[in-house]
Amino acid sequence: MSDKVLMKGNEALAEAAIMAGCRHYFGYPITPQTEVAAYMSKRMPKIDGGVFLQAESEIAAINMVIGVAATGKRVMTSSSSPGISLKSEGLSYLAGCDLPALIVNVQRGGPGLGGIQPSQSDYFHATRGAGHGDFHMLVLAPNSVQEMVSLVFKGFDLAEKYRMTAMILSDGTMGQMMEPVSLDMGEIKQYDKPWALTGTELKRKPNIVNSLYLKPEELEVKNFERYEKYKAIEETEAMYDEYMMEDAEICIVAFGVASRVSQNAIDQARAQGIKVGMIRPITLWPFPKKALLKASEKVNAFVSVELSMGQMVEDIELATRCAKPVLLCNRVGGMIPTTEDVLNKIMEATKVGGAK
Amino acid sequence: MDNKRITIFAGHYGSGKTNVAVNYSLYLRNKYPEKEISIGDIDIVNPYFRSKDSMEILKDNSIRLISSEFANSNVDLPAIPPETYALLDNKDMLGVIDVGGDDRGALALGRFAEKIAQENDYEMLFVINKYRPLTETPQAAIEIMKEIETACGLKFTAIVNNSNIGVLTKENHIISSFSYAEKVSALSGLPIKFTGAEKSLAESLKGKAENIFGMTLYVRQSFK
Repeated sequence: MSDKVLMKGNEALAEAAIMAGCRHYFGYPITPQTEVAAYMSKRMPKIDGGVFLQAESEIAAINMVIGVAATGKRVMTSSSSPGISLKSEGLSYLAGCDLPALIVNVQRGGPGLGGIQPSQSDYFHATRGAGHGDFHMLVLAPNSVQEMVSLVFKGFDLAEKYRMTAMILSDGTMGQMMEPVSLDMGEIKQYDKPWALTGTELKRKPNIVNSLYLKPEELEVKNFERYEKYKAIEETEAMYDEYMMEDAEICIVAFGVASRVSQNAIDQARAQGIKVGMIRPITLWPFPKKALLKASEKVNAFVSVELSMGQMVEDIELATRCAKPVLLCNRVGGMIPTTEDVLNKIMEATKVGGAK
Repeated sequence: MDNKRITIFAGHYGSGKTNVAVNYSLYLRNKYPEKEISIGDIDIVNPYFRSKDSMEILKDNSIRLISSEFANSNVDLPAIPPETYALLDNKDMLGVIDVGGDDRGALALGRFAEKIAQENDYEMLFVINKYRPLTETPQAAIEIMKEIETACGLKFTAIVNNSNIGVLTKENHIISSFSYAEKVSALSGLPIKFTGAEKSLAESLKGKAENIFGMTLYVRQSFK
């Protein structure tokens, strides 16, 4: 018999975190991610050592995350776009303290209160400006409920490996839709955490977790060290998926829900004899630069399909050194590009890029 | 299948209540071509995938959809339209009520519980799905059932077995859910009204299972 269950994306995020050993969740409700908190509130009290706490605000929740992360335990918070803005200060402190934690953003339309329908317009926030100071987060973008599960495991793993914050950058549709999913992800990797605040028992020197450096020279060294680490991550950890790229003359770049729609459009375009494929970034930071640069040698044009005003476009242009035109196919405000929207843009690309 | 004037579908979040409710209202239309039929969406929990998604098919079948004007919009207002009272007060009308998931969703039904109990011409159906992790065991399903009853102040009268695993649902998934549904039935003392299955599955289950209610899936995202 099948070992699969039927889950909402948001529920899968929560259950996967528990399966991955997370026993501390702090959050605050906001549509369209509330099911993460709701699920945690039902499950955590039934698990040995499980803590669910609805904080008084998103800011309180992220600071609770910092506290638990400092002890080396797996910890998670989740929110949707406006709530993630509120957490920004904490994200910067997590980076400054080199702490591993998992943050989930189930994006909705913005800016401001925006709306509750899906969006991908926090791409810049996640990949560049999650808070003040020089830092990056590992950013993972699932495109199915199954990947919600696998990327939660991956996120915790990478976060601990590199002592960084990992963010699951999802969207309202991914969070709300239901798909069959397997929760069995195998063994959880264990990392030594000699830096963690676990109590000295008077047997060792106290650890200090802190982001304040009194001497500018020391803070400079810290920043350089961190960027050495980022460079290594960019070399080795970029994840992506290719779809029908072997003979593609047009390359769609899309993640999350946009990649699902794009795949339908590619199938229809292929049926009409148009050679189009897709590179789907699974990590948005590190961005799969090498794969795109390589593709730019073969294809005539790129089409970035996004639920934003065109944010990932910039990363495609940077990665490919603007070698080929990058077209944008986008819907915003809670709207999702339709298969027809993507098909029309593919047609446009056949002319712009000179593909046959 | 017998029916009462009002049929209420409630259950665990994501158990498929909306699909069942929409299909049941179409079944009623088929059974009573001349009757006035309304479906009331009083879901105050779910922001996406609402009975409003089925607006066209309901309209085509002259079924009145009573749904918040804010459903599927960009605002998060857990509102119930005043027209819901038409469904309760117009005794010539057949009414189907689609309740939000879990006890949180059922709170909204509590607003109407007294009226519904007073008229006493209703069925309240507990929709269950074996493949949902929080109702995987009959005991867990019963727990949620009791929470819903406490929240809305009405008691369930029967069970709808809607066990499915989305697009991957095969015959054997449904067949192996029967013993689960029977256990929920035994523990609750409630009969099983029917087992829901997508139409082509319902067709292939003919002769192998009884009491299958064939359904078309109207609430589903547009991409594969």
